[in-house]
This record gives sequence, structure tokens and C-alpha cells, in this order.
Amino acid sequence: MPKQIIKGREIVADDWNLLRAEEGSEAATVATLAVPAGRVILPLATWLAQRDALSARAAAGEIAVWLAPDEDPVALRDDLPRLALVAIDFPKFTDGRGYSHAWNLRSRLGWTGELRAIGDVLRDQLFSMQRVGFDAYDTRPDRSIEDALKGLTVFSETYQASVDQRVPLFRRHARPTPAAGA
Amino acid sequence: MYQYDQYDHLIIRERIEQYRDQVQRRLNDELTEAEFLPLRLQNGLYMQRHAYMLRIAVPYGLLSSKQMRMFAHIARKYDRGYGHFTTRQNIQFNWIKLEETPEILSDLASVEMHAIQTSGNCIRNVTSDEFAGVAADEIIDPRPYAEVLRQWSTFHPEFIALPRKFKVAINGAVEDRAAIAVHDIGLTVVHNEAGEIGFKVMVGGGMGRTPILGSVIREFLPREHLLTYIEAIMRVYNLHGRRDNKYKARIKILLKALGVEEFTRQVEVEWEDLKGTEQTLTLEEMERIIAYFQPHAYKSLPAIDPAAAHADNKAFGNWLKRNVKAHKVPGYAAVVLSLKKTGVPPGDATAEQMDYMADLADRYSFSELRVTHEQNIVLADVEQSQLFDLWQEIKAHGLATPNIGLLTDIICCPGGDFCSLANAKSIPIAQAIAERFDRIDFLHDIGDFELNISGCINACGHHHVGNIGVLGVDKDGSEWYQVSIGGAQGNNSAIGKIIGPSFSAQQMPEVIDRLLQVYVRERTPEERFVDTAQRLGIAPFKEYVYATPIETAGRLVGEDEYA
Repeated sequence: MPKQIIKGREIVADDWNLLRAEEGSEAATVATLAVPAGRVILPLATWLAQRDALSARAAAGEIAVWLAPDEDPVALRDDLPRLALVAIDFPKFTDGRGYSHAWNLRSRLGWTGELRAIGDVLRDQLFSMQRVGFDAYDTRPDRSIEDALKGLTVFSETYQASVDQRVPLFRRHARPTPAAGA
Repeated sequence: MYQYDQYDHLIIRERIEQYRDQVQRRLNDELTEAEFLPLRLQNGLYMQRHAYMLRIAVPYGLLSSKQMRMFAHIARKYDRGYGHFTTRQNIQFNWIKLEETPEILSDLASVEMHAIQTSGNCIRNVTSDEFAGVAADEIIDPRPYAEVLRQWSTFHPEFIALPRKFKVAINGAVEDRAAIAVHDIGLTVVHNEAGEIGFKVMVGGGMGRTPILGSVIREFLPREHLLTYIEAIMRVYNLHGRRDNKYKARIKILLKALGVEEFTRQVEVEWEDLKGTEQTLTLEEMERIIAYFQPHAYKSLPAIDPAAAHADNKAFGNWLKRNVKAHKVPGYAAVVLSLKKTGVPPGDATAEQMDYMADLADRYSFSELRVTHEQNIVLADVEQSQLFDLWQEIKAHGLATPNIGLLTDIICCPGGDFCSLANAKSIPIAQAIAERFDRIDFLHDIGDFELNISGCINACGHHHVGNIGVLGVDKDGSEWYQVSIGGAQGNNSAIGKIIGPSFSAQQMPEVIDRLLQVYVRERTPEERFVDTAQRLGIAPFKEYVYATPIETAGRLVGEDEYA
């Protein structure tokens, strides 16, 4: 069976290859990783080191970049138009930096293309991910992706503004005032 | 007080369904314990020594009689007939079954309550002044802004996996009763020179392993910018707070590492393009929320001296002096019901007491109650002419101990009897000390006193800011207690200083006794213990406490005595 991800609110086949250096690799090793053929999501350092060599493939829509929690998406500011998608890695779902990176990409860097969550991506975090601007989820392969899909529809209302809804609840609805004598 | 509308109800209902499903998946082993842990924590469910503990949010400590009755119901139906009010104005139940937690949440929702974000690495329940809205020294009622923050922070999608927990407190009075200096964010509602309402913003206070008082990063933030400015603080923290060491992950460490100036600069830069966005509060929304916190329908009453008609009743006089507080409306007073009766773990209340306190609220105080961060309960709106009747009634229910703000009004965490984080027991220490000094004249002579006890370095018992602070430590597998003096909460917050090597549990009452002897010997007529301790420093106290060996034959009561 081909690999599947959630895109929008649907399960779709996916042919992107995720390129990761071995854990603990030196920056120089990451920079010189060989980029395989096909559609590839690269580490930021690989992209920054090889972007000139990869420019034809990028123009053909074959190149994407993923960011680690400690990598600032501002590093991609000028390259965004050349990328087919941006992914943000959650090495552990308890590390919430990726939520702010997503918010920054959408709100400040103007990224409108696919924003994909990768790594420890689980059903119970999908709702928040969707709110801060993710629209694709490469959920953990040991869990049911059908099950994970349910995570996107947990709440039908939210109090605060974020990327999915720029207007907070109090500006969207006329909320009641207290009954007399309350 | 605030009342849920259809949107609040909807969000809580959907939350319960989400959580019910998470529990079911855990029970079916579809979720590992490691995956379930942060999910249940964000719902206030801890695994303790003997059972699960469920912490329920009491937003800014304010509670209706109906809600208090629900706590009594939960205590009876799902626990062992009692609950524990916490230093963050919440309530905890200590003997909870995982399978029953979704039902408890449904019961809570029926009275507009929940357990959301009472734990975990997220923005916790916002705390405030227990006398908000009635205090004679109040400038602006902080509760509407606390409610605005409650709604904004509830399931904030970006700040659900912060480096560490995040606590906000808000004060609107001259005296700070919300301990804002030891919170991640401490807000004071203030007027500027033009008479506009806004906030003084303090960041980076906290207790735990590294006690630090907060730093002011903005003297005046116009109130409409409250949420966008806090969003800026949160984003700086979420991205840059340390995640490699949980003991260095609080915002206080980030602020210290960057320095106040640089931290402030980063927040201001982050805020630049948030300022004025849709999340900015509208006047209409603020007034809508403020409308929920309007003064009650007070009668027009003369201010009286409630002691006058009972001048010969010393016990009533003691109670008036300690447990009754000034009210901004003439003829009314705020009453503190003491949950610090000797022999009872500090902050504990039985189901019967909860029902009874709810009745009192209905009969004496517009059906509202407040939880204090010193772990007592307040009836905020009692007619002065009814104080004597009230006092006579509550005496019989063990709620009239005239010790508010005295030595035996001990702040104490659940400690090693319950908590799996604790290094040492704390409740038996509190009880042994309370027993040793259970003499009301002596307590009144010693006067204002904050004795705070924590069973571990997480400092849930606020030991750093106790005039005497006691910290349980583990040394080679046995329980010892480190003592500090000179700490204070409120406007003149200070971190206490450790007096020397630690003591055994049995030695603790004698240690306190010796510290008090030095105070009595050295004090000037107007000095409280904390003043003397801060004036003299630890030297004379240390010298006397360690001068001769302390017997270790004291009596301690254990968990079995009140289980």
C-alpha cells in the first residue's frame, strides 16, 4: 500500500520522501547529504547548502524543506516561492515550538502553500495543529490514520483567534449579557 | 459572577466527549501511558501514590453555592467524603478512579465547571484576590479580566505544549493578596495619569527550585491590549524557553538568562504587529464581561461596630479581629471560614462542611463563596449585624477557628501522604506544629504570621515566601526538613533565607518554638515576626535554634488518622 497522509480533512496517497540525517549527525554531514531522485523533503541545512544545485528540481516542484524545533522559519523567507511544501518536525509531541513556527510561517512569512506536520504526529494534537495553520499531517505510521482523522473535528467553536480563524469568538458572535439581577 | 452562554457550554461539552474518548482509548491500550499523560494532565488528572487525583478549576477562586454543593456530591460519590482546597484556589480530590473521570466532568459541566488546564505544560487557571469586588482597598475589580484570560487561554492552540507550566495571577487592590510576584505573569490593574484602565505587567516570578520575584516589563498596558501582549510574551517563551531541563524551563529562567531589558525588547518586537489585530479587546466585550461582576443588591445599612454588643465575649472578639475583613459597602463585612482547625489537614473540607458552607452562602452571602490561596473559604458579603449569629453557627461546624493570618493558618501542600512528587510528608508537620501552638492567646500575641510548608522543591506550599518556610527534603531515603525565615508574600514579597542544616519531623515543633522565642525576645513593640527576621537576619535565630540538641520525641499524626 502506498504511504498515506492526511491532507485537508482527507486521507490521500503521498509520494514525498523525507530525507533525514542520522541522529546526532554533524552540521557538515547534513549539509552534504545526497538528495535522492523524486519528490524530497530536505533538512533545512541540506537545502541551504545545496539550493543552487537543486534549483532546477525546485523549479520542477520536487523540493521541499522541513524545519526542526530549533530552526527559525525566517531562514526560509526568501526561498519560500521556490518550495513545493514546508514541513515542521515534532520529534516529540510534547515539544510545542512547531506550533509557533507554523503560526509565524502563515502569519508573518506569508506562506500559503502546504504546511505539513511530521514526526510524532498524533490524533490528539491535530486539532491544535490545524488551528495554527497546518493543512497536512504525516501521522505516526504505527497508528490508524482513519482514527487520527477524527482529531480534526473535536471542537466546533473556539474562543481565541489563530491562523484558521482570525476573528475571536467575541467578535464573531453577539454573546449574551447577564440576565437582570444575575 | 460569570455565567456560561451557549458557546461556553458547547466547548465544555465537546471537551468532555474528547476526554471520554481519550480515557476509553487508554483503557483499550490504544494510547500508551506516555501519550495519555499530557492529555490527562491537561485535564487536571495526576497519578498519585494511591490513586488518581483530580484537580478542578475554580476560576479566580469564585464559586456559587450550587458549585460548592457539586463538590460535596463529588466527594461523596467518587471520593472518600472530602476534598482539598489548594494554594491556587482550586480543589483536588485524592481518591479518584480513571474510569469515573468523564462522569465527574459531566457532573461538573452541569454547574458550569471543568478541570481544563489545571495541570500540564499550559496556561493554568488564573488566580486572583479572594476579596475581589468587595475589598475596601480595591482600585479596580480584576475578575472580569481574569475571565477574559480564562476564555482566551482555554485550549489556546499554540500554547498547549509549553516548556513548562504557566501561571498567571491578577490583582486590583492596594494590597496584593494574589501573590503576583511569584507568578509567571503577575498583572496589576491600574489607572494611568489620564484615568484609563490598564495593567502593570510583571513577568518571571516563581518558586520551585529557583525562587525569583517577577520583574516589571511594562508599567502600563492599556487594557484592550491585554490578550495580544500576553500572546507576545507566550510566543517568546514558547520558542525560547529551555526544554532540555525541566528545572530550568520556567519563564523566570529565560528572563534571567536574557536579562529584563532584552526579554522586554523581544516581547515588544513580537507585539508590534499583534497590537491592534482582531484579538484586541473591544470596549463592548469588556463591558459585557464586567456586567457579570456588578455589585450585589446591597441594602442600605449603617456601618456598625459588631463587637460593641458583645464586648465581654473575647472569643467572638478574637474571631472578629482575625477572620472578618473590611468591605467596601457600609454595613457589610467579608468573613473567612477557617479550614485550619487543629487536627485537620490544612485546606481539607468534608462533604458535610461543603454542603454546610453552601448553605451559609445562601443564607448570609448572596450564594457565593471564594477559595483563598491560603486554603480557606470566604463569604464575601455578610451583613455586619449578622456576624454574631454566623459565628455561633459555624463554631459548631469547626469553621470558626480564629486563626486567619496567624501561625496555625498554615499553607501546606498534600505532601508525601498523597503526592508522588513529594520528598517528605508535609501534613503531619503542619498538624504537629498546630497542636503544639494550639493556644489562641499565644497565637494572637505572636500576631501576623505566614508558616508555609512544602513537601518538595516544587514549592506548592509556597515555603519560599513563608515568614517561616519549611521544605521537605530527602536525605539518603529519609525525610528531613529545611527551615528558612524572612520570606513574605504580597506587596513586600521576599524570598526566605535558610537558617542551617535540616531537622527531623519530630524536631520541627521545637524548632518553630525556638524561632518564636527569639522573636519574642528581640521584637520591638510594632514588629511582626517577619519584620524582626528581616531586620536581624538569620544569625540570632540560627544561633539559638542550634545552641542545644533538640529532642526527637514529638508525636506525629499520619495519614491513617484522617483517611
